[in-house]
Amino acid sequence: MATVRIPTPLRPHAGGQDKVETAGATVGEILANLGTAFPALRERLFDGAELRRFVNVYLNNEDIRYLDDLATPVAENDEVSIIPAVAGG
Amino acid sequence: MSAELVTGLQCRLCGKRYPKKALNFCTEDFGPLEVAYDYEAAARTLTRSALVARPRTMWRYKELLPIDGEPTVGQHVGGTPLIRAGRLARVLGLRELYLKNDAVNHPSLSFKDRVVAVALSKAVELGFQTVGCASTGNLAGSVAANAAAAGLEAYVLIPDGLEQGKVLGATIYGARVIAVQGNYDHVNRLCSQIAFRYGWGFVNVNLRPYYAEGSKSMGFEIAEDLGWRAPDHVVAPMAGGSLIGKIYKAFREFERLDLLEAPVRTRMFGAQATGCNPISATVKSGSSRVKPIRHPDTIAKSLAIGDPADGYFASKLIGETGGWSEDVDDEAIVDAMTLLAETEGIWAETAGGVTLAVAMKLIEQGKIDRDGSTVLCITGNGLKTQEALIGKLARPVVIEPTLEAFENVVESYAPSPLVSAGGVLAGSSA
Repeated sequence: MATVRIPTPLRPHAGGQDKVETAGATVGEILANLGTAFPALRERLFDGAELRRFVNVYLNNEDIRYLDDLATPVAENDEVSIIPAVAGG
Repeated sequence: MSAELVTGLQCRLCGKRYPKKALNFCTEDFGPLEVAYDYEAAARTLTRSALVARPRTMWRYKELLPIDGEPTVGQHVGGTPLIRAGRLARVLGLRELYLKNDAVNHPSLSFKDRVVAVALSKAVELGFQTVGCASTGNLAGSVAANAAAAGLEAYVLIPDGLEQGKVLGATIYGARVIAVQGNYDHVNRLCSQIAFRYGWGFVNVNLRPYYAEGSKSMGFEIAEDLGWRAPDHVVAPMAGGSLIGKIYKAFREFERLDLLEAPVRTRMFGAQATGCNPISATVKSGSSRVKPIRHPDTIAKSLAIGDPADGYFASKLIGETGGWSEDVDDEAIVDAMTLLAETEGIWAETAGGVTLAVAMKLIEQGKIDRDGSTVLCITGNGLKTQEALIGKLARPVVIEPTLEAFENVVESYAPSPLVSAGGVLAGSSA
């Protein structure tokens, strides 16, 4: 199981947790499973099948856009972080 | 008085409203939150006649800045010179050129003092005692300096490998400066996690909606100093892509408050370095999706943001105003820094070189009309990016202390092409 880090302001939609153990072989599978467990979270992360424009997802320390996006494989003990994109600058 | 002028925060995507709190994104769709104002109320007190009596700082436009009370941090920020750049204009072949010189902003010599003054005044209003930022350098110094003056504890996170002047320029103020292994985007991501976990006021994370509004003051000052008109062209450097949008927003807000002599027809031009050009590449490709740059590589470190938060909005604005975006390499950046210094006596940091070099490229391309009025935004000071020039400029000539030695040196110099009789180029009207 990989760990998914939830942004603090969205924790109410993840049962109050800041990290959720989630199964899946790819980032996409993991986020889909997370969305099944917490439908309110899925609604906020996805616009249809696509991640919303201002959601960034990291696998460990790398943005998944530099890897294989939602098809990026995830190993046991990996950490998937959901990060709001509108920061910095 | 101004307590009612800021009505809350609002999502730029779905329009959902939020109360005034420390939150940068919509919890429905992750869209950016923006400050909402009561413009009718603002128009009643922000008038040309009221401004006559106000000091020349950014706070003269406080009705359109998002704090509720009087500013408690950065009271002296802004009011930087708008310079008619006659000598540079002649070299560039422009009729009317101005430099907005935030290289001499108080206290930390960059435009970031504007955003920090708002963010930290807001932080005090919201009750934060610890503040922080993710920075490419200028913000680090500004947060550190302004936090010190306000008695706030500051955590400043930067990528490792920044210029020494930027690092020292944050550390001197007693901030906790932490260099993160990686590039700015790694720092930024980490700060997004830290801000909410620790409940601190990170100026460009959870305080970002307020922070970003501070940049409007650069636009307000430009329009007022041009005699209550918006220029035909603005060239602004782009890192996260926020500044260019806020300058334009400032012109529009002045128009809305009926302060301008003529409608806003400004075309906005964005400047980037070729080694980190996610926004200019988007504009030039006509795409609506900003492709991030994984490994930024440029001497313009203050602009080295590979994944710009406002890249989408900046490229959209550039398109909508009929502007354009270009990028330039390191050699062009240094050449432009030198040209600016030699023609106008302004030593800008590398980002200023980017802005001028891009402006020259846009003039060559015919994208900037030579007969229009053009404002170049100089956002930071060359003293902080000295590494970019080491080995690139002539070294001092060393002589013996004799008149003969001096005479030999004087004879060896070629006449300077940029110096003209009387000290200024004929026809310049600064």
